[in-house]
Amino acid sequence: MKDRLQELQSEALEKVKQSEDLKALQDVRVAYLGKKGPITEVLRGMGKLSKEERPVIGQLANDVRESIANAIQTKQDKLEEKAMEKQLEEESIDVTLPGRPVHVGGPHLLTSIIEEIEDLFIGMGFEIKEGPEVETDYYNFEALNLPKGHPARDMQDSFYITEELLLRTHTSPVQARTMKQKDGHEAVRMICPGKVYRRDTDDATHSHQFTQVEGLVVDENIKMSDLKGVLNAFAKQMFGSERDIRLRPSFFPFTEPSVEMDISCKMCGGEGCSVCKGTGWIEILGAGMVHPNVLEMAGYDPEIYSGFAFGMGPERIAMLKYGVDDIRHFYTNDIRFLKQYHKA
Amino acid sequence: MLVSLNWLKQYVDIENQSPEELAELITKTGIEVESIEPIAEQLHDVVVGHVLSCEQHPNADKLNLCQVDVGGETLQIICGAPNIAAGQKVAVAKPGAVLPGNFKIKKAKLRGVESNGMICSLQELGVDEKDIPKEFVDGIFVFQDEVEVGVNAIELLNLDDMIIELGLTPNRADCLSMLGVAYEVAAILDQPFTPQEEIIHPVQEKASDFISVHVEDPDLNPYYGAFIVKDVKIGPSPLWMRNRLIAAGVRPINNVVDITNYVLLEYGQPLHAFDLDRFETDEVVVRRAKEDETITTLDDQKRNLKPDHLVITNGKQPTAIAGVMGGADSEVHEGTSNILLEAAYFQPGAVRTASKDHGLRSEASTRFEKGVDPNRVVRAGVKACELLEQYANGKVLEGVVEFDQLDREPKKVDVTSSHINERLGTTISDEEIADILRRLQFGYEQKGELFTVTVPTRRGDVELFEDMLEEVARIYGYDNLPYTLPGGASQAGGLTLQQQLKRKVKNYLQGAGLDETITYSLTNAERAGQLVSREVKEQAAAPISLAMPMSEEHSHLRLSILPELLASLSYNVARKQTDLAYYELGTVFISEEEQVTVQPKEQLRLSGALTGNWLLHPWQQEKKAVDFFVVKGLVEGMAYLLDLKLTFKQSKLPDMHPGRTADVYLGGKVIGFIGQVHPKLQNDLDLKDTYVFELNAEELFDHYQKEEAFQAIPKYPSISRDIALVVEEQSAAGEIAETILQAGAPLVKDVRIFDVYQGEHLEEGKKSIAFNLFYMDPNRTLKDKEVEDAHEKILTAVKEKHQAELRG
Ligand SMILES: [Zn+2]
Repeated sequence: MKDRLQELQSEALEKVKQSEDLKALQDVRVAYLGKKGPITEVLRGMGKLSKEERPVIGQLANDVRESIANAIQTKQDKLEEKAMEKQLEEESIDVTLPGRPVHVGGPHLLTSIIEEIEDLFIGMGFEIKEGPEVETDYYNFEALNLPKGHPARDMQDSFYITEELLLRTHTSPVQARTMKQKDGHEAVRMICPGKVYRRDTDDATHSHQFTQVEGLVVDENIKMSDLKGVLNAFAKQMFGSERDIRLRPSFFPFTEPSVEMDISCKMCGGEGCSVCKGTGWIEILGAGMVHPNVLEMAGYDPEIYSGFAFGMGPERIAMLKYGVDDIRHFYTNDIRFLKQYHKA
Repeated sequence: MLVSLNWLKQYVDIENQSPEELAELITKTGIEVESIEPIAEQLHDVVVGHVLSCEQHPNADKLNLCQVDVGGETLQIICGAPNIAAGQKVAVAKPGAVLPGNFKIKKAKLRGVESNGMICSLQELGVDEKDIPKEFVDGIFVFQDEVEVGVNAIELLNLDDMIIELGLTPNRADCLSMLGVAYEVAAILDQPFTPQEEIIHPVQEKASDFISVHVEDPDLNPYYGAFIVKDVKIGPSPLWMRNRLIAAGVRPINNVVDITNYVLLEYGQPLHAFDLDRFETDEVVVRRAKEDETITTLDDQKRNLKPDHLVITNGKQPTAIAGVMGGADSEVHEGTSNILLEAAYFQPGAVRTASKDHGLRSEASTRFEKGVDPNRVVRAGVKACELLEQYANGKVLEGVVEFDQLDREPKKVDVTSSHINERLGTTISDEEIADILRRLQFGYEQKGELFTVTVPTRRGDVELFEDMLEEVARIYGYDNLPYTLPGGASQAGGLTLQQQLKRKVKNYLQGAGLDETITYSLTNAERAGQLVSREVKEQAAAPISLAMPMSEEHSHLRLSILPELLASLSYNVARKQTDLAYYELGTVFISEEEQVTVQPKEQLRLSGALTGNWLLHPWQQEKKAVDFFVVKGLVEGMAYLLDLKLTFKQSKLPDMHPGRTADVYLGGKVIGFIGQVHPKLQNDLDLKDTYVFELNAEELFDHYQKEEAFQAIPKYPSISRDIALVVEEQSAAGEIAETILQAGAPLVKDVRIFDVYQGEHLEEGKKSIAFNLFYMDPNRTLKDKEVEDAHEKILTAVKEKHQAELRG
């Protein structure tokens, strides 16, 4: 019996070894370990054995069974792994094919710039104020020291609707309205972004509609050096910390003194090049100390209060920062233009 | 204003600065220099030559063979100019010279005859044709003055000059004169400058014997001075004067005209010379023009006058539009010998009105419009007389006949150093302020820190403390101001709720794949009234039109953003960009009045327009054109984000697809619409199916309630039940869902439609809609019985309201 068991063992192990797939292996399992299998049969004949031999043979039979079962399990694991490998192999894909597109929309470049400016000034404690685009002559001109017949009104020929109503030519009326609102005694620290309109024929550098961001600070003891400090902080954050600013005299009816602010040219580092027309400087914005007439008309006593104001054009900033060469691009909404600046 | 540095040098020492350095200093302290350019290309080897002989070229009809003395040698030169003649002094480019355009002068043979140089025209030397005296435009230049043979012609013709162009702001009219520029540059460089005195030698006769002056409207003409200069000889003006005129961009004409132009450039005071013999009367009357009066001006234009226009008359008819242009009848001409010279102060507004009405902007009107220096009017007249004596053989008559009510008193401004420092944030000393005033040549009296400044009348722009502040600051140097930040109570900056929501909605739409646009608010009459939402149409009387539009295309203010948005789509489609999803958040302008008198209501609206493919992924065969439900989904997503409940009701709107349009309601009010653009309009714009939304953003933002409290995540499971209902095909699924929600309240929390079916196994004209219902109680597990009861109630309700049958 002992021999028979050992014979069965080697026979079964050989068959396991030869099994090529899970089905064949299952057949081996049934053939050798099943209830009708030869090992069971051998065990059934154990009754004929002596008391001493019985446990020995019993133990041997179990060992044989176990060794066959282990071999089957090992082989099965191997075959299963192979089968999975095969399946995964078959499932492989061309990873270089394009993915399913996700729509990525984006802000208009002018919005990006305006929001960037807003965030910079919010950081310095400014509010964002808005106002009507159809303005009264009073707020657009008179409250800003531009009485009727003032020659500077020529500088910004306007779209009138009636004699008293027009499309605002700058966002400054929002400043006048804000000061009025604050009633001549509260401090003001605000910027006002928005659309403005002028009678210009649309070409590469002119647009009858464009945007502006203006700012105003009014309080007791506001100094011109404050204007310089705030604009310097703005310019460095907006254009890069390596850029310098300079102020030079200019003229606006609503400020006195009036200045224009230049930043050092990035292209040449101040040496002079075609971008800065050889001067090393690029004009960025207009500013000045609020004219006493403007303060007075808004109800602020110019003996106690002083302030500064500034104004800039997001189109111009975009043109400088991103090299946009034609102002009409901003209003044509060519998708190829819009998409270029999603990452701006 | 074009400033010749060679001219400026005659007043102020600028030798220590290069033109670029000078330009930079002027820009930083005063006036923006827009350009610095040499008047012509740098030339050499061009000298004065004396044409000794001039004969016809043996082999060419139109060429002349000249022997020219160029100082020390005689050159044989062939010249084709029609105005060449023996005896002339001309500009000769010798072999080795290089003329503008890299034109190298070499010895050459022309038709077999040697030519050793070139006799030049002013164009060939680089002078702009528009500045060249007419007699030399079509030929060579001929010196009319005594000049030495062989000397450098470049210097003589001022072709080594540098010109800086000043971009003058309206306040700096003082620099519309060379004297003003000289004062400015002298202050900047801290150099002395004193203008020369005018000196004349009048004859015995009195001007007042020949002319009288009457001014009817002293407000418009506070000063009128008439000089009489007799026996002038019209001829060319001296070379130096012509050089300066050319440098300033003014074409030399003849000595009399050139002298008035020269004085205008030097003093900033326009003058006018009448031919006294053609003036017809012996009186000057300055008055407002009469209605229907006319004048023929120097440019031979007949012009209609109005009482707004101030005119100079001879007591009968107008002889000049004051400060703008003279009349043709009394113009100085070749044969003029006696001159009536006008030096006047005209009120800026009067000149501005006339020059605007007649479209005449001249060097003269520009200066009068900005206000001339009252203390320079007479002096300029005297200066012109001096030049007429010297260069036109004129005899100046004794005295100036004048009407004079002109205020010449300089303004006084009080400033203190502490006030200046307070406003600038500086620590400028009294001494420094005094020094700045000295440089500016402003008079002052000082008492401690108080300066009482006497502002010269040439600086009409300086009236207030703030103006003086600017004068001190700019000479002190803006570069020297410190950098500080505003003090005072700090304020928390930030965005208002509406501003935050604007950004939130924009970010949402961009995340969903839409690109933001900015279109024009001004559109044409047709588009202004197109694709307007129902509630806007009800409020607006009509689109607002401009009083004087520049073009029909931009003549009306929009009532809807969509027309311009669709135009943008159309623009892109024409450029083969076919899959587009655009949105814009912007203002529309609503006036309740047909004829606008008050500010219109400006409403923030949110519009979107989508066309082409919404999804395109070809290799996996995924492709979906944009449709109604894409757009509705976008709007619903936004409503979810803002926690708003929007409802959609089938609607018919002009220019929209009648079966695929819905009004959008919020809280029972229409706030906009969504749907497909009418195929006819789509065709007109060459667009494929295009879907849009147009919403009142203010309503959306106003109804937004920020979710402050945390809502617990439900602990108890919801129970889901499906029902399929058979209804008439025109029934609105949304309304049935609404009925289910109401009938199932409070247990039914959500209803979703998961199938809509029509066709086989269903009666004709019917459709089946399958709903997925979610029952839930946040505080306990629901019992089957409760759900059953609710379900029954729902079935009863939909049957009653929508004749819906449970699908068997
Ligand atoms: Zn540069």
